[in-house]
Amino acid sequence: MSAQLAVFFLLAALAVAGAVSLIFARHPIRSALSLIVVMVALAGLYLLLGAEFVAAVQIIVYAGAIMVLFVFVIMLLNAGEEERTNFSRLAKTAGLPLAVALGAFLAAAAAKYAPSSGTGTAAASTKTLSTMLFRDFVFPFELTSFLILIAILGALVLAQREG
Amino acid sequence: MTALFLVGLIKAVVLLLILLTVLAYLSLFERKVIAHIQTRWGPYRVGPHGLLQPLADGLKFLFKEDPTPAAADRFVYFLAPFLALTLALTSVAVIPFGPATIRILGVETRLGVADLNIGLLIIFSVTALGVYGIALAGWSSNSKYSLLGGLRSSAQMISYELALTLSVVGVLLMAGSFSLRDIVNAQSGRTAWGFLPAWTIVAAPFPQIIGFFCYFVAAVAETNRAPFDLPEAESELVAGFHTEYASFKFAMFFMAEYANMITVSCLATIMFFGGWTSPFPATPLWGWTLFLPTVCFAAFGAYLVWDGLRYETALGKTILPALGLALIALGILFAAVPGVNGVVQGPFWFLLKVFAFLFVYVWTRATFPRFRYDQLMSVGWKVLLPMSIVNVVLTSAAILRWSPK
Repeated sequence: MSAQLAVFFLLAALAVAGAVSLIFARHPIRSALSLIVVMVALAGLYLLLGAEFVAAVQIIVYAGAIMVLFVFVIMLLNAGEEERTNFSRLAKTAGLPLAVALGAFLAAAAAKYAPSSGTGTAAASTKTLSTMLFRDFVFPFELTSFLILIAILGALVLAQREG
Repeated sequence: MTALFLVGLIKAVVLLLILLTVLAYLSLFERKVIAHIQTRWGPYRVGPHGLLQPLADGLKFLFKEDPTPAAADRFVYFLAPFLALTLALTSVAVIPFGPATIRILGVETRLGVADLNIGLLIIFSVTALGVYGIALAGWSSNSKYSLLGGLRSSAQMISYELALTLSVVGVLLMAGSFSLRDIVNAQSGRTAWGFLPAWTIVAAPFPQIIGFFCYFVAAVAETNRAPFDLPEAESELVAGFHTEYASFKFAMFFMAEYANMITVSCLATIMFFGGWTSPFPATPLWGWTLFLPTVCFAAFGAYLVWDGLRYETALGKTILPALGLALIALGILFAAVPGVNGVVQGPFWFLLKVFAFLFVYVWTRATFPRFRYDQLMSVGWKVLLPMSIVNVVLTSAAILRWSPK
């Protein structure tokens, strides 16, 4: 149990550090790398919860496929370092109070719904997950895939017009 | 708990040491095979038959100057080779090498470091991350050849990953598990006709021949090997993504490539060719096949003794017969000591099949000319991907029709 907790805090710290570095990194590639660290840390957290399939898919799809595209585009455009600007007035006046409010809200929620007994035991094995997806939630699932298909067709049409 | 942890650690370290030695000798193997295909001798000077060549190469890599390009992104430039090698070595950890159990520190344990029930997914996720090593190496060197090589490789790996992942879905459907051990166990026994082993490539209800074809082509492309080695096409890109790397960082990319070759060959063996299962039936009539490891070791050892005694140099005259005698002794040990032969069977067949795949890899490199980049992309998207999707559909239909679970 304590080992589990230690690993949890390690991964959580890694995820938060990655997220902070994502925002503060000057170079787009560094930001993309930080985002990969966040995603791998999240996959570790899923693994800790016993959701091994979700963890593997998190890495294969997000860290492996989507982020590779990000990195690819940054490399292709050869984006340089960002210039540091002074914070805009909107960020100062609206952003800071909003950030504080969000933090307070999250803290309140976490305090209210604190888990009673450590980590969850929902065994999201591959089998249960696929039964859920293809039996109980088959309509939303198919609807999502239909949506993605439309998006792919749209991208194709747009690319054709350009070429 | 501590004992389990220690056993895992011991297994990991042993596997790592074996793997690094194998990687070194795989480079010698590749150079020798390609040389003989092109009617040359290959490495011959360092040690008998060039057997100490990997050692010499390693020393050279260690002592070479290691310049960093002036305008490189230093952190990413250092990170990339580590990423490539670490990920490549990690994926070997989930490969099971045999059915037998061994005792370490009094704990019964299987052959293979980690026995995961999502072993295959772990390998795919590690391969998916492997792209970064190459892409970042290309980007961070700040050289146009490197950048182009990195771009090419990321595009290529994204394209072929789809075909690679889809081509094994047929195997997963037939085995009904992500665990590599379960996949091998599902292939034990014989097919309906009796004279073939029940390996996925020939098994009912739908032999995975299309699946295997897609898998192997995509795997060669995924590991950036000839004829798909566009990321490092030397006639166009100098050396591609590792143009600016020298010394041990270059060696790390080199080792990562070989480690990926080994992983891919292990997976091909496990998924399509029955893993550690013997191709012969387990009937008393075929009982003599249990002694094949002994025979192979003894025969190869005898050849080494014979060859060593005729060798020109004094070093060869001593080392080669000594190696041969050691092999003969090992072979006799397998047969003579009770219990050893049973443990040896699995790894023997497994490694033999993996070795065959590695030979095919090298053979392909020595035989085929390189693809053009547009050809590479169209093969990936217009041939392999549709073929593997068709394979999934046909396999599912065949399972529904002939063997519904």
